[in-house]
Amino acid sequence: MDTLAALGHGFLVALTPYNLLWSAIGVTVGTAVGVLPGIGPALTVALLLPVTYHLEPTSAFIMFAGIYYGAMYGGSTTSILLNAPGESGSIVTAIDGHAMAKQGRGAQALATAAIGSFIAGTIATAALTFVAPLMVKMALLFGPAEYFALMVLALTTVTAVLGNSLARGLGSLFLGLALGLVGIDMQTGQARLAFGVPELLDGIDTVVVAVGLFAVGETLYVASRFRFEREEVYALKGSKWMSREDWSRSWKPWLRGTLLGFPIGALPAGGSEIPTFLSYLVEKRLAKKPEEFGHGAIEAVAGPEAANNASAAGVLAPLLSLGLPTSATAAIMLAAFQQYGLQPGPTLFDSNPELVWGMIASLYVGNVLLLLLNLPLVGMWVKLLVIPRPWLYAGILVFSTLGAYTLNNNVVDLVILWVIGLVGFGMRVLNVPVAPCVVGLILGPLAEQQFRRALAISQGDATVFITHPISAALLAIAVLLVVGPLVMRRRSRTAASDHAGKTSAV
Amino acid sequence: MGTRRATLFKGLFTAAALIAGTVTATPSLAELKGLEIIAPASPGGGWDQHARTLQQVLQNQKLASGVQVANIPGAGGTIGLAQFVTAKKRNPAILVGGQIMLGAIVTNKSAVTLDQVAPLARLTGEYTAIVVPADSPIKSFGDLLQKFKADPGSVSWGGGSAGGSDQILAGLIAKAVGVDPAKVNYVATAGGGELLASALGGHVTLGMGGYNEFAPQFQAGKLRAIAVSAPQRLPNTDTPTLKEQGVDLEFVNWRGIFAQANAKPAEIKELQEAVAKAVASPEWQDILKQRGWIDQYQPADQFAAFLKEDRARIEGTLKDIGVTK
Repeated sequence: MDTLAALGHGFLVALTPYNLLWSAIGVTVGTAVGVLPGIGPALTVALLLPVTYHLEPTSAFIMFAGIYYGAMYGGSTTSILLNAPGESGSIVTAIDGHAMAKQGRGAQALATAAIGSFIAGTIATAALTFVAPLMVKMALLFGPAEYFALMVLALTTVTAVLGNSLARGLGSLFLGLALGLVGIDMQTGQARLAFGVPELLDGIDTVVVAVGLFAVGETLYVASRFRFEREEVYALKGSKWMSREDWSRSWKPWLRGTLLGFPIGALPAGGSEIPTFLSYLVEKRLAKKPEEFGHGAIEAVAGPEAANNASAAGVLAPLLSLGLPTSATAAIMLAAFQQYGLQPGPTLFDSNPELVWGMIASLYVGNVLLLLLNLPLVGMWVKLLVIPRPWLYAGILVFSTLGAYTLNNNVVDLVILWVIGLVGFGMRVLNVPVAPCVVGLILGPLAEQQFRRALAISQGDATVFITHPISAALLAIAVLLVVGPLVMRRRSRTAASDHAGKTSAV
Repeated sequence: MGTRRATLFKGLFTAAALIAGTVTATPSLAELKGLEIIAPASPGGGWDQHARTLQQVLQNQKLASGVQVANIPGAGGTIGLAQFVTAKKRNPAILVGGQIMLGAIVTNKSAVTLDQVAPLARLTGEYTAIVVPADSPIKSFGDLLQKFKADPGSVSWGGGSAGGSDQILAGLIAKAVGVDPAKVNYVATAGGGELLASALGGHVTLGMGGYNEFAPQFQAGKLRAIAVSAPQRLPNTDTPTLKEQGVDLEFVNWRGIFAQANAKPAEIKELQEAVAKAVASPEWQDILKQRGWIDQYQPADQFAAFLKEDRARIEGTLKDIGVTK
C-alpha cells in the first residue's frame, strides 16, 4: 500500500503541466532519435546534460526517461519501413517487419509495434514499481557461467533464422562470429583481426553491420533487379488498421515478449538485443504457421518489439534500486544523477521520493504520450513507401550512410558499411540469409567473454557450467530447443513415410 | 567534420535551452576565442565529463568564449590522440586524457605517443578501492594477501579493461608482496555496472575501481572496502591505505589535459594561465565536490615530470603482467 501511495504522489508530480511538457518534449525527441540510425538515446542524453543543469532534477529526469522510452518506440520505424534498424534492439524487427512492409502491410507492422511497445512498456513499468528489488536480487545471481548459458540459449535463435539451406545459414553465422572477433580482446588486451587499423581496435559496430547487410545490401539487390522485373508498389493495401486476425495473432507475443524483456533487461549484462532474439525464437516455435516467419509474420514484429521496450524498463530497476547502470543510457543517467549531487540506490527512495516516484509515474504517462504520438504517425510514415522506387532507394542509401557516419564521426565506419553492404548484396544474390550473421556478431563476442571469465574464475574447471543450477537449467532449455524440433520432425516424417509406404510403393 | 557535427548539435540544443529560458547569455569579454576541447571518448564518460566541465567553467569565469567540445572516441583514446597530433588547428585546442591512455598507447601499439603533445596540467585523480562483498570470508587486506600468496590463482581480481589502471595496480601489488605479477588471475569487465554486479554478486573474489564508484554500496552495507591506494585515508572514511597494511604503494588514476606540441609558446602560456585560473575558481571546486573528483592539479612542468615517472611504472608493469612483451 505504501508503494501505491508513493506512486499516487508521483503521479501528482508527473502530471503537473510543467512536467507534462518536459515528458512530451522527451518522448518527441526520443522518437526522433530512435528513427535516426546512429544517434541513440545515450548520446542524446549526454549532449543534453549540460543544458539541463539549470533545470529542476525531477523535470530533467522526466525528460530523460521520455527520451529513453521514445527511442525504443522510434527504433522500429526505420527497421520496418527502410530495413535500416536505428538501434540494435530493433534489428530483429527488421526481418519480418520489412517483409510486411513490402507486402503492403507496413501500417499493421508499425501499429503492432507501437501497441506492443505500449503494453510492454506499461506492464514492465508496473513490474518496475512493484518487484524491482526482487528482480535485482535475481540479477545478482547471474555470474559469468550463467551469462554464458544465457548467450547459448539466445544463440539457438539462429535455428529460427537459418533459412532453407543449413550450409548457407551456418556460413552466414560463422561470418558473423568472425566479424565479432575483430578488435581488442577484452581479457588479454591483444588486438585480433585489426590489421593495424586503429579504428578497428574497438571492434565493428553491430548497427553498422545490420544496416549494411539489411539496408545497403538489400537495396543494392533490389535496385539491380529493377530493370528486369516489375515489383509491385510497397504502398498500403487495404485498411491501415490491424484486422481482427492481426490482433489475435499479436496479443500473446506482446505478453510473452514483455515476460522475456523485463528480467533480461534487469540483468547487468543482459541488454536489449538478447530478449528480442529469444522472443523471435519462442514465437516461431509456438506459431501456427512458422513457415511465414521471415516472410512477414506479424508475431515476429509484435514479440520482439514488446521485448525491447520491456527491457528498457528492466534496465531502470537496477539503476534506481542499486545505482547499477546496465546500459549505455543508464550509465549516462547515472552521471546525470551525480550532476545533481544525487546517488541512486536504496537511499534515493528515502531521500528524494518526489524525484524517484515522479520519474516512475512519468514512465506511465510517457507511454500513453508515445502511443498518442506514434499511432497517428503510422499513417504518415507509410506514405514514405509510395515515394517512387529510385528515390526511395537513393534515400535509404543516403540515410544509412549518414547514420553510420554519425555513430562515431568516423570515416572508417563508412568504409565498413559499404564493404559489408557489398557482402550483403553478394549474400542476397547467392541466397544466403543475412540474419544469422547479425546474431553471430552480437552474441559471439558476449558468449566468448563470459565463457573465458567463467573459466578464469573457476581456474579452468569446465564443470561450472553444469554445477551452477541456473546455468545448467538454461543450457538444458537450449538443448531442448534445438533437439526438440528435430525429433518432432523426424517423428512426423517417419509417420508420413509409413503412411506413404502403405499407399504406394516407392 | 566531427567538430562541425558536434557544433551543430550544441548549437541546436543551446538554442532549445535559450527558448526554455534556462541558460543565461554568454559573456562577451573573453581571453581565449574559439577554443576546442577534444574528448577522445564517447559522450558521458569521465574524459567527456571533464571536457564539458572545463568548457563550462572556462566560459562562466570569462576565461574563454565560444568553447567547443568534440568527441573522438575509440581505442582507449589513442584515435583521438592521433587525430589531435596530426590535425592542423587554426584555433587553440586542448586534448583531455588520463592514465588509461598511457596503457592503451602501449597495448594498441599506437603510432602516436604522449611525446608528441605538450602536457598542460593534471586536473583530477581517483584512488582505487579494493572491495569484497559484505559476506565475504575475506575480512581484511591481510586475509586477502594470505590467500593470494598461498594460491595466486584462487583470487580472481575483477576490474576494468585488460591493460587498464586496475590490472596495473593488481600487478604492482603482486610484485610488492613477492608474487609473480603474471600469476594474477585478472578478470576484465566492461567496468561500471558490470563490474559492480560481479562484485556485489560475489562472482569475483574482489573488485577494483574508483573509490567513489563503490561508495554508495559501502553506505548501504553491501560491499566492504579493504584497502585504498591513497597516500593517507580519504577524508570521512575509515578504509585503511595499502601503505598502512604493509604494501608500499600509492596509485592514482589521474586525468589531465594536453596542448598541441607545435602550438606557439605564447598560446601554450595563455592556455596554462586560463586553466590555472579555472581550477582555482570556486565553481570548479564545487563541481569537483559534487562529482566526487579529487583535485590533483599540477601545473605543466610538475605534470610533465609526474607523467614521465608514471609512464615508466606503467610500461614496466604491463611487461611484468604479460600484456606486452
